[in-house]
Amino acid sequence: MTPLLSVRDVAKFYGGRIGCADVSFDLWPGEVMGIVGESGSGKTTLLNCLAGQLAPDRGEVLFDTRAEGMRDTVTMSEPERRMLRRTDWAFVHQHAHEGLRMNVSAGGNVGERLMAVGARNYGDIRDTALDWLGRVEISGDRIDDRPSAFSGGMRQRLQIARNLVTGPRLVFMDEPTGGLDVSVQARLLDLLRGLVREMGLSAIIVTHDLAVVRLLADRLMVMKGGHVVEAGLTDQVLDDPQHGYTQLLVSSVLQV
Amino acid sequence: MSDYNFAYLDEQTKRMIRRAILKGVAVPGYQVPFASREMPMPYGWGTGGVQVSAATLTPEDRFKVIDQGADDTTNAVSIRKFFEKTAGVATTEKTSEATVIQTRHRIPEEPLTEDQILVYQVPIPEPLRFLEPSEVETRKMHALEEYGLMHVKLYEDISRHGHIATSYAYPVKVEGRYVMDPSPIPKFDNPKMEMAGIQLFGAGREQRIYALPPYTKVVSLDFEDHPFDPSKAEHPCDMCGAEDSYLDEVIIDDQGGRMFVCSDTDYCATRQAAGHRGRLAAEAAE
Repeated sequence: MTPLLSVRDVAKFYGGRIGCADVSFDLWPGEVMGIVGESGSGKTTLLNCLAGQLAPDRGEVLFDTRAEGMRDTVTMSEPERRMLRRTDWAFVHQHAHEGLRMNVSAGGNVGERLMAVGARNYGDIRDTALDWLGRVEISGDRIDDRPSAFSGGMRQRLQIARNLVTGPRLVFMDEPTGGLDVSVQARLLDLLRGLVREMGLSAIIVTHDLAVVRLLADRLMVMKGGHVVEAGLTDQVLDDPQHGYTQLLVSSVLQV
Repeated sequence: MSDYNFAYLDEQTKRMIRRAILKGVAVPGYQVPFASREMPMPYGWGTGGVQVSAATLTPEDRFKVIDQGADDTTNAVSIRKFFEKTAGVATTEKTSEATVIQTRHRIPEEPLTEDQILVYQVPIPEPLRFLEPSEVETRKMHALEEYGLMHVKLYEDISRHGHIATSYAYPVKVEGRYVMDPSPIPKFDNPKMEMAGIQLFGAGREQRIYALPPYTKVVSLDFEDHPFDPSKAEHPCDMCGAEDSYLDEVIIDDQGGRMFVCSDTDYCATRQAAGHRGRLAAEAAE
């Protein structure tokens, strides 16, 4: 079996400062990887490098493309990378308004990726959009409402529907539950877990919320100061943290 | 004539504009940036079209200006006078006699020939503008042919109105490559853009020139189950009886009375001179 994503020695510098450095890992099909760390630890920088939104200064990001097998997404041409971004990849932003078109209806938001890959039948696009709204628990009669009329949780679910509609294989998530209250968070996590299992998605989830990774991630990387300080199975890392920083992180979780 | 250089602009400026036009013709539908000059009229009055016309005109040309199909409205009259004064070219209101036609919001009903040039005034040349505010991003989308967003606009139309409600500035795809804003002409005129004449588009404020060479393939965007429909008012012209021309609706009293007349005044007048009569032609003559 070949990994879906293979990261080799990726580094990104902001002038003399380290964004992230010496990151290497393999992501296997169907696997969910969590990246945790405090703010400023380089997790979002790393995610953006992997998702082709930032060019890393060093290293390779190999993705198992459908047509040509392993390709380095850092050196591939921009049209190819943008094509990947709207077909095989999905990116869920922390703030839903960054990932949605706020002045376009929910149906249009979901349909955009379909139209971007050539769907030209209005009836089909609308049926697919309705199906996906249902899957993310948004009622069908909201299909013509704009996201600005939606609550934060609904926007986040709409963003997920919009991203998953083309059947991507790899989903990047940047703090998908950030800024949501706990009950909405729980519902969203439940939904995400269901979709990830059902569609057999691979995902990379960046978060500072250990509860999120406990629930969703199979594997965990802990970052500090741009470096990966510990990696392993989620339960193993959280139940028996080895590195001092991980121990601090785990012991900092508030108990109710 | 000693007061102005021929056709107002200095020769270097005309040279710069002609280079932009040539590039536009070479890459149909591509928006070529150019250094738009201040013109002695406000933006929105056709400064882009005027500059393209000025760079295109020769002393032998015969010039016609159309504003919403009419030759006698303020915009048309002032631009026509401007070139009478600064270029000394002959002017006409007859479509068939003109060699250069500057237009705002209409294509003449009478088919153009290979000897004619149609110059459009364009307010906003970027068809993706209201969907994607970033110019950096729209240029990239043009470069990489990522036009899915254009269909999102049409999708929104159908979901809100039940049909594609965009009735003017209807986006087109040129030669299977660039998506282009045809300027705010009614979509009724879109099929006419595959014509024998050369079409030049000038946007003064936005500093863009683009072009369609003769017989260029121009396809209006649509959905399989909502095909493009070049609609017009379901009436004949009340003055000349024409059933194939684009009509303006005119309110004629406060009792709900209305009439439909050709928006192309030259077309209507020519037909009336040839003896065609519409429903209200006799009343209007009195």
